[in-house]
Amino acid sequence: MAEQYLHDDKIKFLEEKANEIREDLIKMLVEAKSGHTAGPLGTADVFTALYFHILKHDPKKPDWEERDRLVLSNGHICPIMYATMAHAGYFPIKELMTLRKFGTRLQGHPHRGALPGIETTSGPLGSGLSQAVGMAMGLKMDKKPNQVYCLMSDAEQDAGNIWEGVMLAGKLKLDNLTGLIDRNNIQIDGMTEDIMPLEPLRAKYEAFNWHVLEIDGHNFQEIVGAFNKAKAIYEKPVLIISHNIPGKGIENMEFDFKWHGIPPKSEEGKEFLRELRTLGGKIKSEHE
Amino acid sequence: MPLNPNAKLAPNLLDKSKVEQKPTRDGYGLGLVAAGEKNEQVVALCADLTESTRTQWFKDKFPNRFIEIGVAEQNLATVASGLAAVGKIPFITSYAMFSPGRNWEQIRTTICYNNQNVKIIGSHAGVSVGPDGATHQAVEDMAITRVIPNMSVFAPCDSVEGKKATLAAGLEIIGPAYIRFAREKTPVFTTPETPFKIGRAEIFWESAKNLPKPDVAIIACGPLVYNALLAAADLEKEGLGIIVVNNHTIKPIDEQTITEVAKRAGAVVTVEEHQVQGGMGSAVAEVLAKNHPVPVEFIGVQTRFGESGEQDELIEHFGMGVSHIKAAVEKVIKRK
Repeated sequence: MAEQYLHDDKIKFLEEKANEIREDLIKMLVEAKSGHTAGPLGTADVFTALYFHILKHDPKKPDWEERDRLVLSNGHICPIMYATMAHAGYFPIKELMTLRKFGTRLQGHPHRGALPGIETTSGPLGSGLSQAVGMAMGLKMDKKPNQVYCLMSDAEQDAGNIWEGVMLAGKLKLDNLTGLIDRNNIQIDGMTEDIMPLEPLRAKYEAFNWHVLEIDGHNFQEIVGAFNKAKAIYEKPVLIISHNIPGKGIENMEFDFKWHGIPPKSEEGKEFLRELRTLGGKIKSEHE
Repeated sequence: MPLNPNAKLAPNLLDKSKVEQKPTRDGYGLGLVAAGEKNEQVVALCADLTESTRTQWFKDKFPNRFIEIGVAEQNLATVASGLAAVGKIPFITSYAMFSPGRNWEQIRTTICYNNQNVKIIGSHAGVSVGPDGATHQAVEDMAITRVIPNMSVFAPCDSVEGKKATLAAGLEIIGPAYIRFAREKTPVFTTPETPFKIGRAEIFWESAKNLPKPDVAIIACGPLVYNALLAAADLEKEGLGIIVVNNHTIKPIDEQTITEVAKRAGAVVTVEEHQVQGGMGSAVAEVLAKNHPVPVEFIGVQTRFGESGEQDELIEHFGMGVSHIKAAVEKVIKRK
């Protein structure tokens, strides 16, 4: 059971782990020569918190009946999920370099069955929440205690399918379901509020009978606190709006929507890795 | 009697005044209840059409295993995928035009690519929905479902076969399946004893004339199998040898039976209440092009949208009546 508050040494562990995962993410994307960069970097902290503190799971038994279910709805950020899963022990870290290559288990968008621990196939946006609703409903029918988590992007809130799922979860009072929106304000064509304004996002979910929490998605105390609080909310599904910085960890990439759907080139990758290793110049890199 | 005795069809079936009439969707309603009794993991979801799709009968019996989704077919498919992921066997029901019509991508990605054990029930398929008009007349559903990997596709010919197809697709297949049903009453000409096996087409009619080389094989699915039998009876009186095959499983298709009857007859007419592109007839043509090419005529909707009218009027108007089948038989024989 996850602790309500994190000790300082656990916070330090999670911060360092998230940075290692970001480094592998950059290496994978450079090697793959295609894929998304900003979203994965922006959600590295949330994924690290989930796989290293929040989720009830066993990387050695991915089909464990008692595991929590994690649905990644915005499948395009899967490189960060793969990198986090590898660090958690689902598969060898070196396999990360096969991302998007022929024969890989690490498909360009995640595929259930290709890689143990992937609960569902995703990529076409807007379909994950309803699957999580189905899982939460089925588990409740069988009176099972597993939690269901659904990670979504902000831009996929444009899709009608999302709101169909939101409405049903409210109707069914699925308090075993927690959604999290990666609120990074960017999408392929520009800023979300220019493409299709989402605000007031919180009020929309509340109007559909969800309980809404908002966090700084780079503060582990807040991330863990919100997921713990979500478990204590009864008779309502919970949405965590996680305010994330796209491209987090690499200064020139942060908040730049151009980095949504492209990978770093080789030279850029080296520069970004140096920045990550030195925590933005705060420490001297041992690799210099 | 040219009716295949092994098919154990209803007596007097060719007498239209005596044959019982029921919609195939009734078979779904009964089959779903039976599946629910056999397996407690069976759950049913509906998109605000519970009575007309006959899902109501399951809801009455198992209220805690019924989920009302509202008018949201994309949600219908995706929620079902999630339920299957935790071990349920969801049957999702709407009109075929909306599911698998509106929610095709969700079915393709979250059900079929995920290979989840979801059963998609498309009611009110074909133009014979009648007065509702073209918006509600699904004549593309078999094409868009059979093209998806992992999916099985069925078109039962009457309510009795509809019940069997529901049970077989629901409990024998572990994976996605689509079954199309019709709204209007149609003849009940099979019996509980009529064989039904997934992926096996059944010969319903075999003329004594011109054996073992009949003049034509008519391969049909859905309620139009009955029209094919009526056409065969007429044609036989005119001196032709006819085989009628009930091809209820569009996928996986029975290559063996289709190839065999084509080899024997040397000409084929396909009959379906569906666009002639991409449906059962196309599936048959794919098999024959590969194994044994023969002339084929396609009875079905010829790249048109439907319109309002009564069932019989529409079947005639769109060229799927008994006279049209007979004309197609004469045409295909000339092409031999």
